[in-house]
Amino acid sequence: MPFFMAVSHFIYLRTGNPVYKNITKAWSKGVAIFFATGAVSGTVMSFELGLLWPKFMLHAGPIFGMPFSLEGTAFFIEAIALGFYHYGWERLNRWFHWFTGALVGICGVVSAILVIAANSWMNSPTGFDFINGQYLHIDPVKAMFNPAWFSQALHMNIAAFAATGFGVAGIHALMLMKKKNQSFHLHAFKISAAFAVVAAFVQPLSGDISAKFVGRSQPAKLAAMEAHFKTTKRAELIIGGIPDAEKKQVKYAIKIPGLLSIMTTGNINAEVKGLDKFPERDQPPVAITHYAFQVMVALGMMMLGLGIIYLTALFKKKNWFYTNWFLRLFVAATPAGFIAVEAGWIVTEVGRQPWIIHGIMRTSEAVTPMPGVAYSFFLFTAVYFSLSIVVIYLLYRQIKMIPKLYDQQLLTPIL
Amino acid sequence: MIYVVLIFLWLSLLIYLIMGGADFGTGILELFTPGEKKTRLKQTSYEAIGPIWEANHMWLIIAVVVLFVGFPEMYVVVSVYLYIPLLMLLIGIIARGTAFTFRNYDAVKDNMEKIYNRIYVCSSFLTPLFLGIIAGSIVSGRIDVHSASFIDAYIMSWLGLFPIAVGLFTVALCAFLAAIYLIGKVDGKWNKQHFILAAKIANLAMVICVAFIFISARYEHIPLTDWLFTNRTGTLSISFAVGSYVLMWVSVFRDEIIKMRFCLCIMVTALLIAVTYSHFPDVVLLKSGGRLSFLKNRAPDQTINLLGDALLIGSVLILPSLCYLVLSFRKKTA
Repeated sequence: MPFFMAVSHFIYLRTGNPVYKNITKAWSKGVAIFFATGAVSGTVMSFELGLLWPKFMLHAGPIFGMPFSLEGTAFFIEAIALGFYHYGWERLNRWFHWFTGALVGICGVVSAILVIAANSWMNSPTGFDFINGQYLHIDPVKAMFNPAWFSQALHMNIAAFAATGFGVAGIHALMLMKKKNQSFHLHAFKISAAFAVVAAFVQPLSGDISAKFVGRSQPAKLAAMEAHFKTTKRAELIIGGIPDAEKKQVKYAIKIPGLLSIMTTGNINAEVKGLDKFPERDQPPVAITHYAFQVMVALGMMMLGLGIIYLTALFKKKNWFYTNWFLRLFVAATPAGFIAVEAGWIVTEVGRQPWIIHGIMRTSEAVTPMPGVAYSFFLFTAVYFSLSIVVIYLLYRQIKMIPKLYDQQLLTPIL
Repeated sequence: MIYVVLIFLWLSLLIYLIMGGADFGTGILELFTPGEKKTRLKQTSYEAIGPIWEANHMWLIIAVVVLFVGFPEMYVVVSVYLYIPLLMLLIGIIARGTAFTFRNYDAVKDNMEKIYNRIYVCSSFLTPLFLGIIAGSIVSGRIDVHSASFIDAYIMSWLGLFPIAVGLFTVALCAFLAAIYLIGKVDGKWNKQHFILAAKIANLAMVICVAFIFISARYEHIPLTDWLFTNRTGTLSISFAVGSYVLMWVSVFRDEIIKMRFCLCIMVTALLIAVTYSHFPDVVLLKSGGRLSFLKNRAPDQTINLLGDALLIGSVLILPSLCYLVLSFRKKTA
């Protein structure tokens, strides 16, 4: 979101059009809300790692902690930049002020890359030697730049742009439908939709890189994602359907012969490992992983479709921007990106099971010995639930205040 | 490099204690302020701490990250056996932030606001209480890693007189920090008098808590007096703390804002030096007599060195810009 803000700010500085200044200010409030929530949930998370997974942290902390400590720095700089940005209107040099805003976004992306480096290490653990149950010759730098890091960080960062883009665009589309503050919302809609559309177009490519990588490094995860039970050559791509883990088959699915082989290796006759290659105790839960994967891909395709419609509107059919069906599509897509992000995390996390560190440590070995973990599960769920309520409430409040705070200059001429 | 890491760990703890302490303290003061003055206090506290409350947690995050990267054994022992107070601490932090947000932004004044106020003041009290309890239990040799029973391992590890005494002291200290901080934030004689009175009461509470700490330490056979007074650094920093404490009160009565804040910071710093120095390097004491040391139970050198580098680079980037930010704010208000 800071990037949307910075783009709008840039246009304002170039054109001097006050609408863009107001959009920038309104969005910067949103950024502040998300940032504050991030700080609180980050505090909780740093404790939770130990509260829930002490055995994991005992060994993993020194190996994969490097990106966490760097992320702390990035987060801190982000906070300072945000402080400058908020209080810098009319006080700082215009372009320095703009730069602090852009810096918020840059730090956000850097943070995301670093945190994902920690997570991807769990998928492709490197930077140490595992000898007789001991973790020796630790190299945190190598652990940070583990093989899964690039594809995962790329995929998640693009996803973040898509999710936020569609989320923000959806809200402005809703306001456009209500015929309120037209100029403000139309410009805001266009900027956020532009980000969303570009991300939606690039995302399938990065998804392909990710899937190919998973196929090589975590074949069990790929097999679960695709509900691919039997190892075969010319493997078929299974779309949808209900996987039955006991009978090892998928019902009611669309099956395209050979496509899975092509997608994972580029060769139609290549063999793709199925779940039968792995002992039962090393298999991830198929149904959840498969469903989550289908949801993610379906939403991704939908967003891509919406992107095509948007481009058509932008270059060919300008009047679509004022039609209800067009806006309604974007309103409907508001949560799409966020749902896809969550589904994607389910794929990568559930798909890694039963491992917490792939091939090294099982999740069941990592969990806290304290009894009654179920209670803390409910508690933390409640905690995060209340945090989300706070965020939604604050955002709602911001949106309600738009006519009063950010659109006065635009109302006056009409009156 | 290990010492660089430790200094950063210690500094982030100190800053959290001072900044976060004053932050929690405003809520505690509100808990003990009678009806009609409450509204004014609320306004003052919002103006004084409003914009920064979430930034304070960053110091805590830094401390926790340093702990789990550099000293995973300690982090794990503490988070397994002190699970319950840590959980309470987290709930306190979240509930406090949430309630603070709602009561300051929710335009509707109704019964819900009373509930937010309740949550806010209660969590302002409970969070530092559990923070103190955690600190008290870590050093008092209560953590029993060999116990099989739930009560011994997860409840008695922190439920004792000494930890609770330390917890209450932390609460009183937070209230004291807040009262002194707010003296400098308000105008008008009435307001100043009000916070001076609050500071006096908090001060009294602190004295009582200190007495309680020493009594409970004696009762639970914790050699607290030995820790504090048998080494020169401990004795010296305690006397420093007392000295700056006296100077602080003098400057309160002379209405010298910068001076009293400065003395207060020196006092807290000296106190923290006194209580941490005697423990170094064995910080986590276990019931079995075992102890976890910052020097022995640490991550491999490779990790510590990189962590130190990261912290140094981070501070080179962060500290100048943070100072610049604070300075710009000053200019704005001037």
